[in-house]
Amino acid sequence: MSEIETHQITKRFRDFTAVNEITFAVERGEIFGLLGPNGAGKSTLIRMLTTLIPPTAGSATVGGFDVVRQADGVRRTIGVIPQATTSDMELSVEENILIFAKLYGVSRERRKVLMKELLEAVELTQWADKPVKFLSGGMRRRVEIARGLIHEPSIFFLDEPTTGLDPVSRVAVWDMLRRVKARSNLTVLLTTHYMDEADKLCDRVAIMDHGNLVALDSPLKLKASIPGKNILEVSFSHTPPGWVERMNHLPSVEKVTGEDSIYRIASANGPATTLALMEMAAGAGIEVRSLSVQSTTLDDVFVHYTGRQLRDELQEASPLDTGFMLPQRR
Amino acid sequence: MRRTLAIVERELRRFRRTPLLIAVSMIFPIVQLVVLGYAFGGSLKNLKIGIVDQDHGLPGVKIRELAGAIAANARTFQTIEYADPGQALADLRNGRINGVLNIPPGFSRRTLTQQSPRIALIEDNADNFVAGALNSSLGGLVRAYNQQLVGVPRIDSQVTLDVVEIYPYVPYIQYLLPGSIVMSIFMMVMIGGGIIYIDDKARGLHEGYLVTPITKFELIMGFNLSGAIKAVLAGSVLMTIGSLIAGIPDPFEPLRMMRVFVVIVATSLALVSMMFLFMVRVSDPLLPRAVFGVLNTLLFFPSGAVYPPQAFPGWMQVIAAIDPFTYAVHAFKNLLLKDTGITAIAGDLGYLVAFSVVTMTAATLLFRRTL
Repeated sequence: MSEIETHQITKRFRDFTAVNEITFAVERGEIFGLLGPNGAGKSTLIRMLTTLIPPTAGSATVGGFDVVRQADGVRRTIGVIPQATTSDMELSVEENILIFAKLYGVSRERRKVLMKELLEAVELTQWADKPVKFLSGGMRRRVEIARGLIHEPSIFFLDEPTTGLDPVSRVAVWDMLRRVKARSNLTVLLTTHYMDEADKLCDRVAIMDHGNLVALDSPLKLKASIPGKNILEVSFSHTPPGWVERMNHLPSVEKVTGEDSIYRIASANGPATTLALMEMAAGAGIEVRSLSVQSTTLDDVFVHYTGRQLRDELQEASPLDTGFMLPQRR
Repeated sequence: MRRTLAIVERELRRFRRTPLLIAVSMIFPIVQLVVLGYAFGGSLKNLKIGIVDQDHGLPGVKIRELAGAIAANARTFQTIEYADPGQALADLRNGRINGVLNIPPGFSRRTLTQQSPRIALIEDNADNFVAGALNSSLGGLVRAYNQQLVGVPRIDSQVTLDVVEIYPYVPYIQYLLPGSIVMSIFMMVMIGGGIIYIDDKARGLHEGYLVTPITKFELIMGFNLSGAIKAVLAGSVLMTIGSLIAGIPDPFEPLRMMRVFVVIVATSLALVSMMFLFMVRVSDPLLPRAVFGVLNTLLFFPSGAVYPPQAFPGWMQVIAAIDPFTYAVHAFKNLLLKDTGITAIAGDLGYLVAFSVVTMTAATLLFRRTL
């Protein structure tokens, strides 16, 4: 049996469908990522799986427990790091973790051992007695991760664990998650809108858009599933009629998209296509204003499956994606 | 129970780190006790009364002498002589004086011929307290004048009332102390309980609790207990400081202190349970701040903390009858002002405990275990 299984799980807020009939399974020991822009339904999905909101339709099991009928069993099995920082700023690192250990009924002896281990794992031993308000954003996130693991859950949910962190802190959180996962064969489900986070950290990634699951596989396979090994982004001073058709016939080109003189060219051989493109443009008297060649990313995967760029979508924050502001009525 | 205690521990650890909160919640009730206690506690002095003697006879002079004696001794009012009644009334209307004592023409003649002599007090009744003080003072003046009249027979069959006071004189500041103790408990319940609870909720802190196996009852119980402990601390501190400020006789007598402590605990539980019932479905951090003043007025004033509830209109007596403040104030008055035993406050304690059970049960039923 999979550690997490959803079947046609759906959440509607009046006439708005936040999560639409999503089915997937996460195996033990996997790091599974939900990738999508704000408002895609990632947080709503994770809240249903962590028993914070009930689904409107469909079902889900976590650790073998039904999220509606056996919510208490789910809660005993999971550790959760919500999107918002939920540590008490006035309490010390150790006190924050201690309170949650008591809420989970961890014995005094086990608490001592786990506290030491976890503080070492998140590299906060020397900050143990400092109030959380004095820590940086990255350190606070690490406190929450330690807090979420103090009762030794088998499944760990993290809702956008690195949002708002600087690049160095993000990498530190990734490293720490990898270490924790390797140590205890933890199953991790995280949401993110960072492509590199999903790419580098997750064993498998589910891409969500407008409440729908649009693709699911390992980052490698997702990137391989779309045309081209490289993506050329090119802009021209002007383009004559039939220019797209001519670009489509260049060596190794698999797909050309774009408009208004800015194009994305999927190519099986980036260097060869670049060379041919420059020669064609020079021959036609067209100035190439900018050109970049890059390997296929999950952003390209997102573009392929949704027709839009993920980074553009990130600008549109959904009012339904902000913690307690969720509508209360189903 | 372990999880309930974890919530209590967390709340109290935070409370210990925010001493300012304790100070803020204590300042208002202490200031109120001192300012209201001394402002309302004393008798009125140095009111201004205009005297218009249109009679100029000996009995009229006698009245003026008696008024002068009050001005010199009790100093309830100062007298200002007016020759023109019109000018006196104009000054009364303009607020320069508080009343006019008019000795009409023919007063002496009517006195000597025993034809129901009358003098008039024209008063500014826009201020009931001032009007009441002048009535009382000049009523005493007239009684004193009547006793001095020569030839007035003593009527032995007249009934007289002898007043026996069973408690020592209670200054207003002492009368106000029970209300101030309840106010300090309420302040702590609102600031240290309600406002922090909603702020935490808005910050998403409760999301951390809701994903743990804690039950609704354990969670509400944890919040209630921690809120009640903070409120008991506030009530105890104000009881101690307030008793010293108000001059409660023998304030630290152990048995009475123990009884007062029991009432503080019952009051704290009742108010914190009521507050959680109000806040259980609230998410907007502005709401508890907005209702704070309304609740304060609605609960404090009808309780009899500043004025006897017997004087209230019917609708306010209904509020007073369900208001937990009423029972807390009544119990504290019995213990602090009358030094009664537990029997005298058993009804109050019973109501406060029953109120706590009902409101906490309702809050638990209304609490949502999901977002």
